[in-house]
Amino acid sequence: MTDTVSQSQRVEKRKLLDTLEVDTRLLGMIGAFIVVCIVFNVLTDGRFLTARNIFNLTIQTVSVAIMATGMVFVIVTRHIDLSVGSLLATCSAMMAMTQTWFTPDILGLGLNHPLTAPIAILVGIATGVAIGAFHGWLVGYLGIPAFIVTLGGLLVWRNVAWYLTNGQTIGPLDANFRLWGGINGTLGAQWSWIVAIAAVAFALYTLWQSRRSKISHDFPVKPMWAEVLLGAIVAIAILGFVWILNSYQIPGPRLERMFEARGEVMPEGFTAGYGLPLSVLLLILIAIVMTLVARRTRLGRYIFATGGNPDAAELSGINTRLLTVKVFAIMGALCAISAVVASARLTNHSNDIGTLDELRVIAAAVIGGTALAGGIGTIYGAILGALIMQSLQSGMAMVGVDAPLQNIVVGSVLVIAVLVDIIYRKRTGAK
Amino acid sequence: MPLDTSSRGTPLVELRDISIAFGGIKAVDHVSVNLYPGEVVGLLGHNGAGKSTLIKCLSGAYQKDAGEILVNGDKATINNPRDARTYHIETIYQTLALADNLDAASNLFLGRELTTPVGFVDDAAMEAETRKIMGRLNPNFRKFADPVSALSGGQRQSVAIARAVYFNAKILIMDEPTAALGPQETQMVAELIDELKRQGLGIFLIDHDVHQVKALCDRASVMKNGQLVGTVRVDDVSEDDILAMIILGKTPEELGVASAAAG
Repeated sequence: MTDTVSQSQRVEKRKLLDTLEVDTRLLGMIGAFIVVCIVFNVLTDGRFLTARNIFNLTIQTVSVAIMATGMVFVIVTRHIDLSVGSLLATCSAMMAMTQTWFTPDILGLGLNHPLTAPIAILVGIATGVAIGAFHGWLVGYLGIPAFIVTLGGLLVWRNVAWYLTNGQTIGPLDANFRLWGGINGTLGAQWSWIVAIAAVAFALYTLWQSRRSKISHDFPVKPMWAEVLLGAIVAIAILGFVWILNSYQIPGPRLERMFEARGEVMPEGFTAGYGLPLSVLLLILIAIVMTLVARRTRLGRYIFATGGNPDAAELSGINTRLLTVKVFAIMGALCAISAVVASARLTNHSNDIGTLDELRVIAAAVIGGTALAGGIGTIYGAILGALIMQSLQSGMAMVGVDAPLQNIVVGSVLVIAVLVDIIYRKRTGAK
Repeated sequence: MPLDTSSRGTPLVELRDISIAFGGIKAVDHVSVNLYPGEVVGLLGHNGAGKSTLIKCLSGAYQKDAGEILVNGDKATINNPRDARTYHIETIYQTLALADNLDAASNLFLGRELTTPVGFVDDAAMEAETRKIMGRLNPNFRKFADPVSALSGGQRQSVAIARAVYFNAKILIMDEPTAALGPQETQMVAELIDELKRQGLGIFLIDHDVHQVKALCDRASVMKNGQLVGTVRVDDVSEDDILAMIILGKTPEELGVASAAAG
């Protein structure tokens, strides 16, 4: 009796999820993330879920998350990239040298010139794309396994960075460049709200657009209430996130210094929230672009087709070799963008920047549901994976878990996450 | 002598003296076959006789070492599957060549996606087209949203066939299209072949089933050890004759001469 009741309840629940057409896998990951947050919040007596910590968590996640979106493409096409941390270091070294030596001394622009940061970033991205494309060429055209190419790259590029800088730490970096690092470049409360409202409008428009296109082709659509509910959830999530970031107040002394720098006096009782960091905005834009590439472009379609069946892709006339070059070039560009965020956050380029990032990035992609067998993976999954990893790491640090234990836990979580994913896929019959 | 093709004009496609070798082994050794509009030519032979390899030279999957391919009497350059598609040569591979993780519409249009004016893939339009052609080929097909890994053998086959037929193929290559199918689905494929024939397509049909070749094909070319044994009009010979060509590598005439000499 009780059995049949719970059975029918479960069926009801299934139906609700089906009506909303949400990815149950995504729900599972969000659930896991929430559990992690709540557990640490209890263990730290409420210090984990403060605006300040959430703010820090997001800016700590950005660098790995940006690379993880690219790693999804690499792994989906049945390759791997072990060199991302080293590539990040080389890009960072090139950019640091550009802004501390090339633009001020060679171009004669001096320090903190408005052109310095754009030039440095362009140099970094060009470096990343060139190295990534070279990796892709070695893999796609010469047939060397990606594991070997990028294992070699791991050593080569780490030490190219070292060689270029003679092992020195280069800093401080350009003031405008440092804006991309997180806490040094935030939008402030007002602009954050504007961005949030624009984002909500965009999300609702996308939902509406997809419904309209389905109707125009006579495809079945969700009931209206489901669309409204989904839209409401998205809107609340976006606005809530920005509200949290806005409510992290800039400390008084720091505000005073900011006013002093502008030659003004801070009014009595003046407060200001940090708002959305530029680096997080960058990550969100990259996530949107990468998701569009994955779902809405031929390139993305070919990446997934090649991952699902390389022979079929080849026989369908897809140039899989060139595709490999493109995928690794995208990875290289994203490593460069990550290098901007990582070095700007540290305000300098150091020799060990990005060390072990390859493992974090691969782990983020895999925890996010990217299958190493290829053909399956999502951008949002990888970002969520990066967020879960970072939450675990900083949560344990806050609780005071010893460093070796932290790594033991993170390593175990990676393996367990994949096991859970395998069981989930078997249960649901998905491949 | 046995085949008077001179009166039929230019063949749709002609493979002349094709050779291809892999590491010293001659997989296809100076083989010539041709195909006329509205005709089905069966390719027979043991496993490893070179049928699939020969046909992959035409579909662009392999590059021939020697010989030439003529389409409508003009020399054709086919270096990859894309080239073959520009000559309206479509292939249904034995393995089906489907990306299992994508849905039917994505597979059907793989490499030839419909796009919106902005350049994004137009999934809704592709699904609508897929629904249309599937309604014709396999009205029972419903699983448009699922990845093709979730489909049955027959459903997968119909996706592969739809892909070959949708893009106005003139020359169709079918590599054992019924190998994985039940009797009913096999019948469906047979009817489809008849219909395509009436529309004037030329079809190369690779098959092991001699009975089926007798039923579906106009001519049969038999290969053995990479060489062409001979091409016969299926109505002029018996199933046993064809079997003898496959197994002994001898045409009915050769066998006739041999038995006459022995007698």
